[in-house]
Amino acid sequence: MSYLYYPGCSLTGTAREYDQATRAMMDAMGVSLTELEEWTCCGASAAEACSELLSLALPAINLAIAEKMDTRQDLLVPCSACYLNLKKANETLRQDTGARERVNTVLAENDMALEGSVRVRHLLDVLATDLGAEAVRKQVKVDLSHLTIAPYYGCQCLRPYVIFDDPEEPRSMEPLIQATGAQLHPWRMGAKCCGASHMNTKMEVALELVHAILQAARGADAIVTVCPMCQMNLEAYQGKINRRYGDVSSVTILYLPQLLGMAFGLSDKDLGLGLNLAVGEDFRSKRHAAVPA
Amino acid sequence: MNASAAPPTRRESGAHPAPEDLQVIQDKIKACIQCGTCTASCPNEFAMDLTPRRLWRMVLMGETEDIFSSQTFTLCSACYSCTLRCPRGLPLTEAMHDLKQMAYRGRIGRYKPSTAFYGHFMDTIRRHGRIRETEFISRYFMTMTLSKPMLPLSYTGLGLRLLRKGKMAIEYPFAAPGKRSLEKIFQKAESMEASE
Repeated sequence: MSYLYYPGCSLTGTAREYDQATRAMMDAMGVSLTELEEWTCCGASAAEACSELLSLALPAINLAIAEKMDTRQDLLVPCSACYLNLKKANETLRQDTGARERVNTVLAENDMALEGSVRVRHLLDVLATDLGAEAVRKQVKVDLSHLTIAPYYGCQCLRPYVIFDDPEEPRSMEPLIQATGAQLHPWRMGAKCCGASHMNTKMEVALELVHAILQAARGADAIVTVCPMCQMNLEAYQGKINRRYGDVSSVTILYLPQLLGMAFGLSDKDLGLGLNLAVGEDFRSKRHAAVPA
Repeated sequence: MNASAAPPTRRESGAHPAPEDLQVIQDKIKACIQCGTCTASCPNEFAMDLTPRRLWRMVLMGETEDIFSSQTFTLCSACYSCTLRCPRGLPLTEAMHDLKQMAYRGRIGRYKPSTAFYGHFMDTIRRHGRIRETEFISRYFMTMTLSKPMLPLSYTGLGLRLLRKGKMAIEYPFAAPGKRSLEKIFQKAESMEASE
């Protein structure tokens, strides 16, 4: 199995471990990823707040690069914000010929053009739909059955495009987590918003949302995420939240591919585990209490 | 912000958009039945001065003064819950983006924390094609110095942790545009939007 791969800006910086773990885990499952050549920013949550045309043109540049490389391979995207921007541009420009003409007029400045022939896929969609829990189970070398995991999906891989999961009560991560032997933390916060970029512009509001999520995770050994913005919001402000509300202890936050990679017996270095901002001592010691499966 | 980011049609900086500027949003949401499902679905509603339902009513009534005195649309975190649940199938999150774009184009002072943040982000990718976190954040903090001088302190601890982990680099905030510069793309898009 092979995919074109769009890491996006976060995965080259603040979410480097998401990139490392995704590549390592996919490699272990025999999936090859070809990084998009000379990709550029998808516009993040900024373009849509500034310019409608750029909010389509910036992702379209990358769709055009993907089309030029290979239209038979789906474009795999681990970041939910990048995924939605690329997906939205692809769907909009496929259906709306007027918008496609406008965007192609912009892209012509860089000698590019878009047809709309690429399929944009979120990492979780590929894991849950194309690979599946059985393929994960076959790679498991370390039993994680003593760990309880809270699956956190966030918003933009689920909504507004309903592709691979229920957009309000998602469950696609559950079989993947269970395939590692780990237990599921029962909660209903998986599809709730983390506040996204409010953490930078309206911090009090985002802290309120993250507080509710961390509080509901009590009893879980870790929350797993599939989005760099969710990950950062959940892991980086725990001290601030505890000082503000006084009722949340630290929670380990991992990317889903890191959890799967642990079960595959991949090294901490390959999974970038030293780069996470919230991996507690209790989690480390509990995890290493694991016995080979 | 780059001066060329300003479309020539822009009204005087800080002026409220005119009611007719709302036309494009009104067309998107005219089937609104004021049921309030958007309000009930919104995770940020607790912090809003107008509920989303009231905001959509004001948009349909053309009440620009009230809309652009409110912080409601800047509090949309694009979770798409309202869009998903709207019984009329209206693109409400997209309509929030439209309002954010109007506030951005109008340079309305009360939205500066959001518009400056997004503006500096866009300016950084315009010059470098990809985000340069330190450069973008430094420029944002510089813009906010007068109105929020203590703002950087809220992020100093995190910044240091990210630097220590090698997840952020120390960057010169005025680096020349790189080989992935999107200058031509931005210029073209801006000139097209200005003439529309």
